[in-house]
This record gives sequence, C-alpha cells and structure tokens, in this order.
Amino acid sequence: MVPEAALVIGALFVLTLDLAFGRRRSLESRLYLAVITGTAAVVAAMYGAFSSGLAGSVFGGALILDELTMATRLGVLVLAWITLTLAGSTARLRHPAEFVAIVLFATAGFTLMAAAQQLLVAFVALELASLSLYILAGFDKSKPESAEAALKYFLFGGMSAAFLLFGFSLIYGLTGSIELHEISAHLAGHPPTPLLSVALVMVLVAFGFKAAAAPFHLWAPDVYEGAPVSSAALIASASKLAGLTLFVRLLWPGFGPGAGNVSTAAGAPGWLAIVACLSAASLLLGNLAALAQSNLRRLLAYSAIAHAGVMLLGVIAAGDAGNGPLFYYVFTYGIATVGAFGVIAVIERTSPCQRITDLAGLYRRSPLLTGCLAIYILSLAGIPPLAGFFGKFTVFAAALNLGGVAGPAGWLAILAIFLSAVALYYYLVILKQALVVAPTAVTSSDPVTNPITVPADAAIVLVFAALILVVLGLFPSFVLRIF
Amino acid sequence: MNAVPLLSLVVFTPWIGATVLALLRGISPATTRALTLAFSLSTLALSGLLLSEFDPHSLSPQFVERHPWIVALNVHYHLGLDGLSLLLVLLTGLITPAALLASWSHLSPSPPLSVSPSADPRLFGSLFLLLQGAALGVFLALDFFHWFLFWELSLVPAFFLIKLWGGPGAPRAAYQFVVYTIGGSAFMLVGFAALFAVSGTLDFTQLAQLGRDGTLAVKLSGGAHEVVFLGVLLGFAVKVPLWPFHTWLPATYAEAPTGAAMFLTGVMSKMGVYGFLRILWPIFPAPLHNAAPWLIALALGGVVFGAFAAMKQTDLKRMVAYSSINHLSYCLLALFAVSYATGRNVATGPAASAALSGTLLQMFNHGLSAAALFACVGVLQTRIAHALSRSRGTGVPPVSLHDFGGVRTAAPIFAGLCGLSLFSSLGLPGLNGFVGEFLIFRGVFGLHPVAAAIATLGLLATALFLLTFWQRVFHGPRAGVTATAFADLNPIELATLLPLAALMVVFGLFPGLLTVLFNPLITSWADHLTLP
Amino acid sequence: MNALPLTIYVSFAGALLALAAGTRSHAAARWIALVSALTSFALTLLAASSFAPSPGLQTIIDLPWIAELGIRYHLAADGISLTLLVLTGLAATVGVLFSWNIEHRVGEFFALYLTLIGGVFGVFLSADAFTMFVFYEIAIVPKYFLIANWGSPVTREHAAMKLVLYSFAGSALVLAGLLWANAAAVAHGSVSSFSLNDLAAAATHFSRGEQIGLFALVFTGFAVLAGMFPFHTWAPTGHVAAPTAASMLLAGVVMKLGAYGCLRVAMPLFPVGLAFWQPTIAALAIIGIFYAGFIALVQDDFKFVIGYSSVSHMGFVLLGLAAANATAVAGAVLQMFSHGVIAGLLFAVVGRMVYERTHTRQLADLRQLPLHRLLPFAALTFVLAGLASMGMPGFSGFPAELTILIGVWKTSPVWALFAGGGILVAAAFTLRAIQVSFFGSIPLSRVVASGSELTHAGSLHHYESITLAEKVGTALLLAATVYIGLKPDVLLDWIIPALQSPFMQAALKGGSL
Repeated sequence: MVPEAALVIGALFVLTLDLAFGRRRSLESRLYLAVITGTAAVVAAMYGAFSSGLAGSVFGGALILDELTMATRLGVLVLAWITLTLAGSTARLRHPAEFVAIVLFATAGFTLMAAAQQLLVAFVALELASLSLYILAGFDKSKPESAEAALKYFLFGGMSAAFLLFGFSLIYGLTGSIELHEISAHLAGHPPTPLLSVALVMVLVAFGFKAAAAPFHLWAPDVYEGAPVSSAALIASASKLAGLTLFVRLLWPGFGPGAGNVSTAAGAPGWLAIVACLSAASLLLGNLAALAQSNLRRLLAYSAIAHAGVMLLGVIAAGDAGNGPLFYYVFTYGIATVGAFGVIAVIERTSPCQRITDLAGLYRRSPLLTGCLAIYILSLAGIPPLAGFFGKFTVFAAALNLGGVAGPAGWLAILAIFLSAVALYYYLVILKQALVVAPTAVTSSDPVTNPITVPADAAIVLVFAALILVVLGLFPSFVLRIF
Repeated sequence: MNAVPLLSLVVFTPWIGATVLALLRGISPATTRALTLAFSLSTLALSGLLLSEFDPHSLSPQFVERHPWIVALNVHYHLGLDGLSLLLVLLTGLITPAALLASWSHLSPSPPLSVSPSADPRLFGSLFLLLQGAALGVFLALDFFHWFLFWELSLVPAFFLIKLWGGPGAPRAAYQFVVYTIGGSAFMLVGFAALFAVSGTLDFTQLAQLGRDGTLAVKLSGGAHEVVFLGVLLGFAVKVPLWPFHTWLPATYAEAPTGAAMFLTGVMSKMGVYGFLRILWPIFPAPLHNAAPWLIALALGGVVFGAFAAMKQTDLKRMVAYSSINHLSYCLLALFAVSYATGRNVATGPAASAALSGTLLQMFNHGLSAAALFACVGVLQTRIAHALSRSRGTGVPPVSLHDFGGVRTAAPIFAGLCGLSLFSSLGLPGLNGFVGEFLIFRGVFGLHPVAAAIATLGLLATALFLLTFWQRVFHGPRAGVTATAFADLNPIELATLLPLAALMVVFGLFPGLLTVLFNPLITSWADHLTLP
Repeated sequence: MNALPLTIYVSFAGALLALAAGTRSHAAARWIALVSALTSFALTLLAASSFAPSPGLQTIIDLPWIAELGIRYHLAADGISLTLLVLTGLAATVGVLFSWNIEHRVGEFFALYLTLIGGVFGVFLSADAFTMFVFYEIAIVPKYFLIANWGSPVTREHAAMKLVLYSFAGSALVLAGLLWANAAAVAHGSVSSFSLNDLAAAATHFSRGEQIGLFALVFTGFAVLAGMFPFHTWAPTGHVAAPTAASMLLAGVVMKLGAYGCLRVAMPLFPVGLAFWQPTIAALAIIGIFYAGFIALVQDDFKFVIGYSSVSHMGFVLLGLAAANATAVAGAVLQMFSHGVIAGLLFAVVGRMVYERTHTRQLADLRQLPLHRLLPFAALTFVLAGLASMGMPGFSGFPAELTILIGVWKTSPVWALFAGGGILVAAAFTLRAIQVSFFGSIPLSRVVASGSELTHAGSLHHYESITLAEKVGTALLLAATVYIGLKPDVLLDWIIPALQSPFMQAALKGGSL
C-alpha cells in the first residue's frame, strides 16, 4: 500500500501547500509548485511500488504483488508523471492544485486496480479512479465541450459501474466468495449456469466500457475531444493500462474456468467468445470510423478503439502466453498516446489544435514536436523499430500460437494485421499535415504559422516518451523479461 | 590460333573507327570523311590479308579465335572464317565504302541553321562504321551469344541512319523495320534459349553437330523441336525477308538514305540468308526438310510476287526494293530445294552443288548489283532534289519512273553504268548476275522441277520491270527533270559506281574468281546431304 | 564480408547527420549523403572483391535479440544478397548525384533517403525473418515522405499514399504469414524461432494446406512490392510522382526487395506451396509483362512509359522465379540487378535530365522539341538505356533475359514462348519512347520552311547544360550495365553457388513441374 499512501498523502500535501502559500501567487507558480509536489509523490510511489517487491498475496488476499502488479504500477506512474509534467507546462487551469491532486487520486486508484485481487477492492479501486477521471474530464469549466465530455463519461461510467456491481453481486451469490482464487476454484468445480453467464456478461460490459471497446465506445470520441488535453491523455493511457490489468486479472485467474475456447473453429462457449466479438467489433469500427475523421482528437479516439480491439486479443491470448505481450502492448500504446496528446497540448499554447489540418506546417514551426509526433504516430501505426510494432507483433504471435489460423483467435489476429494496413492511412494523414503540408495563414499575424516554443520540461518528457518507444522497440526484452 | 587475331581486327576496326570519330570533337567535315572512308576500307585491306592466307580446301573454319568468355553460360568468344564467311566479308568490304561515297553529302556540313542531327557528319560516319562492324561480326561469329549481339546491334545504327537521314516517312519506316526484325529475333532468342536448355551450348559448330546426329531431335521432344525451329526460322525469315514477312522492306528501303539503302540491301539482307545457311540448315536439317515444301512455296511467292509487285511500282526505290525480295528469294529457293531433296534420292549431288554455289554467288552478285542500283536511284534523286531546290526546301523527294526521260543523251556515263547494273540484275549473260541465277535454276531443276518452272515466271517479270526502268528513264525524249538540266556523274558519284560496275563485269566474265573460294566447301556440303 | 553490416549503420548514421547538418547548410547535407552512400558502395565492393562464393548464407553477425520469441539479430550474405547489395550501393550513390540540385528541405530529403537505403541494405543482409521484416518496414515509410514532399506537385500525395498503403498491405500479408508460420512451427513441436533456416526446417512438417496458404500469403505480400500483376498499380503512379532519386530507388532497388523476399523467404520455406501456385504465378507474371507493356505502348506521359516498363520487366523476374529452377532463378537475380541499373538510368534521364529542364513529360510536347539537339547527352543516355532495357545484347538485360528464357524453357516451353512475345512488346514500347521523346522533332525541311518554328526551336537552346554530377552518375550506371552485359559471369559466379545451398535447393526442387 506504499504507493497508494504516497500518492494520497502527496495529493493532500499539494492541496495544503496551495492553500497555505499559493493564494497570493500567480497561477503559473502555483501550478509549478503543485506539479513539483505531485512529481515528488509519484516518484515516492514508484519507489514504493518497486520496493514492495513480489510479495504475492497480501492483506489477507485482498491485494496481490506479482510481476503484473509491479509492472502495471510502474507503468501507470510513468504515464501519470508524463501527464503531470505536460499539464504543468501547458495547461492554463484555474485550480492547478486541485487538478494535480485529482490526478494523484486517480493514480492511486490505478495502482490499487493493478493489485486488486478481490471483487470489492477491485470495485472500490475502479470507482476511485473513475470518479477522479469524471472530474478531470470536466475540469475546464470555461468550455461547454468539457462539461459535455464529463457528463457523457459520467453517465456511461456510472452505468457500467452499475453493471459491474450487479455482475459482482451475482458472482458472489453464486460462488459465495469475493476472493478471486476461491471463485476460480468454485467455477472449476461446478458446471456453468445461465446465471453465471449473466454475471460474466455484466462484468464484460463494464470491461468493454473501461477499455473503450465497441460497442461500448460511444463516450470515447466525445471525451477525447472535449476534455482538457491532460485529462484526455490520462484517460487514454494510464486508465487503460490499469483497467486492462484489473480485468485480465479478474478474467483469467478469477473466471478462468469459464473462459471457453476460441482457438479452434469448433471452440467451447465461454467469456472468451464475447471478448473475441468485442475485439472484432472494435477492430472494424475503430479502424473504419477513424478513416472518416477530420478532428485530430476524435481520430485518436477511434484509433484508441481500434487499439482496444488488439488489446482484447491480447487478453484472449493472455491465458496461454501470459501477461507479457498484453502489458507491453498497452504500456507502449499508453506512452505513444500520452505523447501525442502532449504534442497537442504544446501546440495549443500557440494556436488551436483540433482539426488535423491544424497541424499543417508543424515541421516549420517546431522540428522537435514534429519529430516526436512522428515517432508517436508511427509507433501507434506499428512501424518498426518502434515499440508499437513489436507490441502488435507479440500480441499477434501470442494469438496465433493459440491454434494457428484454425480458430477465431487466429482469424482475429489476421484481421487485425490487415486492418493495421488500413490504419496506416489515417496515421499518415496526420503525419502528412505535420511533415508535408505547408501552413496556410490567412494573415501574417495568424498564429498558425508562428514558431512554437516548447517549454523545457515538456520537451524533456516528450523526448523521454519518444526514447522509451525507440528503446523498448529495439529491446522489447526489457519489458518481456519481467514476466 | 594465330598470333594476330585477324578476325577480331576485321570486326572491330570499324568500331574503333566509330569510337575515334565520336571522340574527336570539332574535326572538319573533310577529316571526318577521310577517316570514315579509311576505316571502312580497312575491311577490304584486311580481307586481302585473309585471302592471301585462306586455304579454300580446308573445310573447317580458319583463323579461329576461341576464348572462354561466360563460363556460366558456356559461352566462348569464337570467331572463324570459311568460304561462305569470306565471301560475305569481301562483299561488306566492297559495299560499305561505296555506300559511304554515295552518302558523301551526308558527310558534308549542313546548313548552319539546322536543328537536325543530320548536321553532324561525325554521327553519320560513326553510325555507318558501327553498322559495318556489326555486319562483319555476324558473318564471323560462331557462338550464338555474340553472334546475336552483332545481329541485334546492327539494327541500332540502321535505325538511326534511316530515321535521321531518311525521307519524310522515315520515322515510321525505321520503327517498323526494327520492331519487325526484333519480333523475329525475340522468337529466335527463345529458340536458342531452348537449345541451350537441352544441350548446354550455344556454339554453332557444336549445335550443328548435335543437329546432324539427331541428338537435338531426341532431347526436344513433343513438338518442341518444331517450335524451336519455327522460332529461329522466323528470325531469319523476317531479316531476308522471306515472303510474306517482307512487308517492312519496301517502305524501309524507300525511305532510307541512299547509302543506308545500299548497305541494307547489299549486306544486311545477306545476314538473313547467311543465317539460313550457317545456322538454320545445319542445326535443323530434319525440320527444315519437313518444312521444305511449304518453304519452297513461300520462296516462290517471293520470287513471283516480288517481281510482279516491282512491276507495279512507279517509285524507283520501291521498285528496286521489290526486286531485292525477288532476287533473295532465289537464294532461299535453292536452299529449300536442296533441303527438300535431301534424303529423297542419291543423285542430288551435282544439282545440290550447283544450287548451293548459285546461292552463294547470287548473294554476292545481288549485293553488288542491288547496291549499284540504289546508288543509281540515289543519283536520280539528287537530280530531282536539285531541280526542286529552286522552288522549295531541300528534303528527300520521291523518285518516280515518270519524272525522267532521255537521260541517256543527257548523261551518257551515268546511263552506261546504270544500264550495266540493270542488266546485271536482270541476269544478262556475261555480267555477274547471270552466273548465280543460272546455277540456281540448274540446281533447282534437278531437285524440284516444278518449283523451277514456276520461278521462271518471276524471271520473266523481272526482265519486264527492269527493262521498263531502263526504257522510261534513259530512253525516249527528254522529259520531266531531264528536260531542263541533268548533270552527268560528278567524280564522287563516279567513284561510287565505277568500281561496282567494273566488278560486275569482272565477276561476270570470271566467276571462278569467286567460286574458287567456296567450291570445296559447297562440294562437301552437297556430298554430305543426309538426314539424322 | 564482415564489414557489410556497416552499410546499414553508415546509412542510418548518415541519415541522422544529414538531418542535423541540413538545418545549417544544404551543401553539407549533400556531401554527407554522398559520403555515406559512397562508403556503403565501397563496402559492398570491398566485400565483393574478397567474396568466396559458397553455397549457403555466410553468417556475419548472429546475436540473440528477443529471446522470448527466439528472435535473433542475424545478418548473413550469400551471392544473391551480395549482388543486390552492390546494386543498392550503386543505386544509392547515383541517386545522391541525381538529387544534387534539390534545394527544398535538403537535410530531411537525404535523411529519409538514407533511411530508405539503410532499410534496403538491412533486408538484403537479414537471415532472420523478423530482422528482415523490421528493415523492410523501415524502407517503406520514408518512401511516403520522399514522394509526398519532393514529388511532382499534382499527384504526389495521392501517389505516395497509394504506394505506401500497397506496400504496407503487402507487408501485412507477409507479417501474417510469418506469424502463422511461427505458430505452426511451434504447434509442430519446434522451438519458437524466426530464423529462415529454422522456419524452413520446421516447414517441412507442415501440412499441404498450411504450405499452400502460407506461400500464398508471404509470396503475395512480397510480390506486391515486386509489382506483380494485378498488385502493380502502385508502381507506375508512384514512380511517376516521385522525385528522380526516389523513382530510381523505387524502381531500381525497392521493387527488388519484393522479388528478393519472394526468393529468399516464400520459395525456400514453402516449396509445396510453390509447386501448387507455380502456374498461377507464371500466368500473372506473363499477364504483367504484356499488360504493362501494352500500356507503356500507348502512354502519353514519358515517365509513365518508364513506370510501366518497370512493371513489365519485373514480370520477367517473377517469371524466372516461377520457373523455379537454378537457371531461371539465376537469370531472375541477374535481371533484378540489370533492371535496377537500367531503370535507374531511364528515370535519371526522364526525371532529372529532361523534366527538370523542359518541365514537361508529355510526349506530345517533347515531340515538338529537338531534344537530341538540345540535350544530346540525355539523348545518348536514353538511347543506350533504352537499348539496354529492350534486352539488346551487350547490355546487362540480355544475359539476364537469355538466362531466364533458358530456365523457363526447362520448366515450360509455353511460358518461354510467351516471354519471347514479351521481349517484342518491350522493344516496341521502348523504341517508341526513344523515337517520340528525343527524335520526334520537326523535320528539317519544315523548320527551314517556316520561320516561326525555327525561332521557337532556337529559343530553347538555353537549357541548363548537363551537370557533372549527372554525368558521373550516368557513367557509373552505364558502365555497370555494359560490364555486366559483356561479363555476366561476375554476378553469375556469385549467384549460382548461392542457389546450390540446401536451403535454396528446397525451393528449386519443390518447384520442378
């Protein structure tokens, strides 16, 4: 519990500090103070996560400290740190301390999700994170879109929380336990009942929502578009990583016996079939809908949906291949997405950045941003030697290893490979604007042609994120070796 | 093996000349002319050397150069010379300088405002020397790889000579010429690829050996043998050309500048006949024998239709072009008749020998007379151009039968030389054309009498159109261009025509000068007519 | 030999340096690119000079890379790869020379250019399918930016996108195939590995259906990049829109990546699949030869003629591969080299020498210009390149086509006859291009007759003369094509032993009809 404690204490400290000293200062210095304090809390949490080691089940089985927990916690913290730093140098918030504190609360929720091994803890952790994210989504009170995003996110999230709770209660009722291994043992010993199926469906619906998988994706484009950039970045990255970890833990160690089989054409009924359907729907809908987008953030949202499809494939494969491929994929995806949002945030300091065409001429305005953006986007597109490529490669390899192309898992992998060629189109559309098209200014004073100055701290984290993508792409064993 | 690679010298001296011309920028047209002519004469000079050392009684190739070249494809640099090659080398050596002299105006500076490359005499000279070298290479190479290299490369300078210096329709004619010829060659290439695939060699002598002993027929089974034969046949048939693959020829010859036309008919058409004799016949004796009845029909088609088509022409260049088809078809007729008769009865020896001797003589003599005829038409053309240049721009006007009359009185020397060429072409006894045609007819009568009978029809028509030419242009009242002023031959033109005419007389009176070169070879061919 | 991997690193390092230098000095970026390309070229020649032909790949580096999946960083070379490495070095050097006049975003241009080159070197050196795929993709992406940024203004974005999506779709097929092959190998009890040797060994246990399916995926994927009909449509548009150096590389080297992949991966790994698909590939190759040839015959745009001619020539390569015997495949590799050089020449003439001076590629416009007079060097180069492209003996195209024909005849005489027809078509469209583009000028008589045309023609004499860089580049390529044309042994001595290795023999044996 050290990381969670560090984060919560850090959050409280940020608030206190701001209350005590920040009232008379400028917004900017208050933001800096908050971010520095927040960063310290994140670093402390990292240390905590690292030092707590691989202790196995703790707190009477409520939490588990294994490789996945450790990796997820560190990953989430890195992503949160990048988000925080970016917020520090780019956001113009009216309540900086509150923003940082809520980010820290959300992160605490994420780290808890990473370790939860009990239905109740899982639910509480999820809600802690979710509630924080609802607030973050609506943090920009001056923009109606932000409010809309928050409302949508909240409504969908609330609904899914209800589903999840319902599912959990059914499972508790059926198995008499909220401990995952006991549930697993019970399921293995008893034939599946219709009620259990209902419960599993409920859980998967909530999962679909969290992962922004089709057809539960409807909130994503609006939230990505309307929320403040840093919030969107957090929702798109750390939240996803924590969510995936939580659910993959629920599904395999918890409901593993009910998984069924999608490795062969005949297969066996189980929740894997539903996950496979969600995956296929996300892949198709995400990639195809992304083709039609003209808004950069909505494009990223649909690309996120498409990526969710691959992540679900990773979940399918995780039963056999372990959590390594899935974690690698989600983490590197998170880095690339945070980076992309970071670039948007930096651009927005100078000129609006909503439509894809707003990126026009970026290569002249800021070579650094252009280079970083190119790396993030190419990583998302899955171009070697960037991490996004190997993520896809290892997930597809794991999926195909389930049974070749004999069953839905293999078919999904093939489908995903082909759709990645489609995806390259819309990613290239982004890069075309940034790298090829010259900026078109109506007047000479139009900000869209001005050079963009990148704050030093933002530059550092952006380059850092890009480096992670390159290094992990070249040497994926750094991550895979953990599992 | 010789110490001095004489044959390589023969082939490459013109190419060296072409390179020298291309590299020497800014030399005067006079120097260009001199250099071009000197290099083109090298063949004649070297043939003198060859003649002095040539042993007509040796049946195998002489002056052989054979060096490994491309190991992976078993290709050797293999040159060799026998009577047949020597004859054609001599012909090339004679025709090229004559053709250059006939093109003297192309080797002179053009109007300064010109934007055409025709302005550059160096280009003309180099192209011509390239052409000469390629033709010599074809006659001397004994390995398909570089034989084909020369064969195909000869098209390139010919293409540009026709295109850049030819008449108004030249671009189209040149295009047609090259595409037709390459079309034939492409299938020949496939044929040789097939031969290599089964035999592992591209050497003509080795392939001929395999063809003779029937190995090829065994290895190329299931109709493949015939397909390969047809492919190779197509390549040569287009080149000669064998009727009905001749459609490119009239336009090409008509549009080509005089010198190029002389070379085309004098030398390049012989490349095709040479191919039949050197490659197709030895390598594919059996398929050729089987196809002979049809091929004889085609050759007769060439003889008869060529002559009748020539009769119909009013354009003199086209007329001479069709007469070329006619004359070369005699050569092919003789060869096909020999192949047809092979293995049918034993008494073919003398007839075959006559037919083959006739073929070789006809190749040489047609080279001389047809080149001379084109040179004459060229002279007429310059006269027309001269007459027209007062009213309109230069250019290359067509030469019609009706533009002239009474040239004999206006230009007696020209009339004499042109008449000599016409009658040589017609086959008047005492002139060189007679011997070849006579031997061919004698041979073919013995081998395939019906064909010989039909071929006489062509003989008749030939006489008709050549005499028409003679009568319309040289006799009668002065008319057309001749009516105003018609200059007789200038020294250059004289230098072009006189040697050719002299040789026509000499070889007409003493055909033995030529036959001595290849008689033993022919006899051995005729004595060994067997099918595998 | 051992220095060969340096070609990859030198190219990538050159890319970074050029990018950095380009912001300050255009000249510096150019020279960095030239030095980098020349260094790689020199390294390949050095390796070639000490190369001892032997069957099989000679390993240069073999390091564990991603142990979890059995992926190794395995670089190796044999005669086939060496041939193509030399070609790449040559094309890279010449490409820089023909891009000397680029003034727009010079550093970025050469950075992308060298990245592409580095990727290509990597593919030709890889002996591990994963490594190869990584380099393959690295070579794809820069193409988009090269074309979209520096291409011809109207069509470049569309063409670049089309080209990259086609390439990427092809590589997706390859990826699917490789992953499936790996999964199948694991299912058949092998250890997870992407080494070509291991995959080939494992693939012998695959079922017939698996072999057929895998071959279809991998071969088609690579063949897209090789311009196989009907997946060739990216090639003409891409070549036409690309800047000269990129066209040269695309046609000269990148299309070879595809053919190389077919030869190195698809065929040896899945010989049973090869035997099944052989007639189909041959049919598609022949259709490609004729279809592209006929289109080239009627094109109005000079560059499209060359673009389609590339597709037609790659048809010969694919036909040689489809014949799947040592002779035909050796011919195909020779043709890859030959076409790489010749296509480079043709695009250099059309894209750089002619277009950047006349600013038109329309044959109808060029026909009005006495180009052979205004740009005699370009005319001479184009004539020679055109002859080489027609398969004229004396140039590298001829021994290549001859070898292919010999090999194809061994497999199927009918294919060989079709190929002969293809040679004819190639001659026809090349000759037409020569005729119309450079020698289509108004006849002398008309120029003299009409004063206005004369002044028109006279006013065009101020074209920038051919630069030294262009001349050097042309001379290099011409020397290569003539040298190989007269002495194809140089390459065949490398290629043929490489085909004797057990690895390659699997493909060639399985491919006999």
